[in-house]
Amino acid sequence: MTLHHYLILAALLFCVGLMGAFTRRNAIVVLFSVEIMLNAANLNFIAFWRYSENPALLHGPLFTLFAIAVAAAEVAVGLALVIAVYRHFKTVDLESMDTLREE
Amino acid sequence: MSTTTLALIPLLPLLAAALTCALQNGRRAAGVAIVAMLASCGLALSALKEACGMKPTDDPLTFDFEWLTVGNDTVINFGFVLDPLTGVMAAMVTFVGLLIFIYSAGYMKEDERMARFFCYLSLFAAGMLGLVLVNNLLLLFMCWEIVGVASYLLISFWFHKPEAAAAGKKAFIVTRIGDMGFLIGILLAFKTTGTLTLYDGGQGLLELPIGATVLGLKASAMISLLLFMGAVGKSGQLPLHVWLPDAMEGPTPVSALIHAATMVAAGVFLVARTMPLFENGGTLPVVAWTGAITALIAAFIALGQYDIKRILAYSTVSQLGLMMVGLGVGGVAVGMFHLLTHAFFKALLFLGAGSIIHGCHEEQDIRKMGGIWKPMRVTSIAYLCGTAALVALPFVTSGYYSKDQILAAAWEEPLMRPVFWIAAAASLLTAVYMTRQCLYVFAGEYRGCKTPHESPVTMTTPLVILALFALGMGMVLEKSIFAKLQGKLIHDNFVIAVSMAVALGGIALGWLIYRGRALGQAADPLAVTPLVRKLWFDELYAATVGRLWALAIVIFEQLNELLHFVRDLAVLLADRIGNAFAVGGDRKLIDTLAFDGMCNRLRSAGHAVTRPQNGFLPGYLRLIALGAVALGLLVSWMK
Repeated sequence: MTLHHYLILAALLFCVGLMGAFTRRNAIVVLFSVEIMLNAANLNFIAFWRYSENPALLHGPLFTLFAIAVAAAEVAVGLALVIAVYRHFKTVDLESMDTLREE
Repeated sequence: MSTTTLALIPLLPLLAAALTCALQNGRRAAGVAIVAMLASCGLALSALKEACGMKPTDDPLTFDFEWLTVGNDTVINFGFVLDPLTGVMAAMVTFVGLLIFIYSAGYMKEDERMARFFCYLSLFAAGMLGLVLVNNLLLLFMCWEIVGVASYLLISFWFHKPEAAAAGKKAFIVTRIGDMGFLIGILLAFKTTGTLTLYDGGQGLLELPIGATVLGLKASAMISLLLFMGAVGKSGQLPLHVWLPDAMEGPTPVSALIHAATMVAAGVFLVARTMPLFENGGTLPVVAWTGAITALIAAFIALGQYDIKRILAYSTVSQLGLMMVGLGVGGVAVGMFHLLTHAFFKALLFLGAGSIIHGCHEEQDIRKMGGIWKPMRVTSIAYLCGTAALVALPFVTSGYYSKDQILAAAWEEPLMRPVFWIAAAASLLTAVYMTRQCLYVFAGEYRGCKTPHESPVTMTTPLVILALFALGMGMVLEKSIFAKLQGKLIHDNFVIAVSMAVALGGIALGWLIYRGRALGQAADPLAVTPLVRKLWFDELYAATVGRLWALAIVIFEQLNELLHFVRDLAVLLADRIGNAFAVGGDRKLIDTLAFDGMCNRLRSAGHAVTRPQNGFLPGYLRLIALGAVALGLLVSWMK
């Protein structure tokens, strides 16, 4: 197992998340996909830390922990937004939420 | 005598004119005007007394102050001059004017515009006195024009009569032709000498030697001829005499004041005033010849007239011609002497004619008069005195003395003998037409409808006073005039004989022609068509000047049309150019292309930019991803 394997996995994970964010119409699913991309980044952090010259310094897990905490807060905000959107539009379908464009 | 006193002489009547123009009451206006004239007359007489103390060689008294400054050093003075010439002229004008004012108070009593009449009369007197007294040619010209305007107003005073309105216009326009020359003369004088002041302690216009030449003539000759043109217009000399007989449409006191005693004498006075220029330029023969021809022709025309005032008008033209002869051959004294005596006896004749017209119920045609002698005794005697003076009845009348001097002066100069004979012939004709007129008016039975009556005392008193002057003035003034003014007194027995012969012969001739005729009914032997039609002068002018004018009108109308056309063309062109700029430049280039075009571009650019902003949220996400990839590529490329 080398660093490449982990990096390819992270890239695949990122692509899966990206694909989901692009293609899914449900706002909550898109939120999940964003979380998957975030976790791909976290995986990169861990992988780079693990194969670094001095793993004893614990830089990688520290970043990851912070990122997970921030992601949790972000998801809380994101879900609150989704609920607010749902209350307004009575749906969470992203493609029907088009009021930003010029009428 | 100071400036103020001298200035008051013309200013008092001017003040009276200003006052009377605000008055409604005719009697009050007459009072104001007469008082002003009386005061002015008193001042003029005291001025005359002082002027008589001077010798002919003395410099005249001048009172100047600066009026206009042209450029740096050319100063035009405003001022008055006192010498025997102005003194005697001012005294005559004020005195005759005063008598005529008094007479007018009676004559215009019935007229509802009497106050206005006295306003005009006062204005006229002011202008005339200013003209006499000023020491500056420009100022003289201004007064000359005031006199012209006042004359116009007075001639057409009864403007509801079309003839009177036309006569006023004619007088104004005809004299204006002469004034044109006068004005050019003034400008020329200013150009050559740089001054218009007449007497200026050796530096005045009349004192400087003028050596320059203009158009091959001596400058002084040119100037004097141009000034003489003004005099010809104002004094009714040939060929500009046509206005004077027509001017008789005005009220009779006006005829007496303006067209006998004063205004028409202004031309003669102008020549006398600027005599040094005429002498310097050698143009006096022109003056003499013009005067002689005028005298003869006007006397001829007078023979055939029926209007009592018109006869006197032609007589005035003729006598003015004689004055010009006097100035031309004998100098200032000779001409001025006749001017003075003529002023009195012609004013007398006009006022007498006015009295007769008044008594005959506004009848002016001598054929409808006759037998006036009995009902109007005072007027008749006075009128006969005036006639005697005009005819120059020997020894007892003033006219004899002055006319004798003119003839004598003409006889003295060998070159002027033809002028002498012409003047003598004019005198003969004068006697004939006056005899004719008197026979018509006084002899026989009255041929009008209503009975004639004598005029009121305000009208007869001036007649009596003037009659005394007309008879006695010649003897009294002869010596003193010639002592004070330039010119020499000549007594020549041959001339005296000729002058007596023409006067008495003329009367006899008139008597022979008209004796025993049924006047007024039968045909008049002298009223032949050429004379009745005034030698066709009016027709001649109508045919020449009038035609020329009509032609000029046609030409100028065509020219006007052409100008209109050019104007229209220019307007059209400007319109087109403006349109081209408006459509092509403004609308197309600036509006459509620049402004609207830019706006449209901006808007379509905005559209293009807003296309991605379609509100399609996954789309935004894709763009963000694209942006991130682009950013990543950029970062890796910049490495």
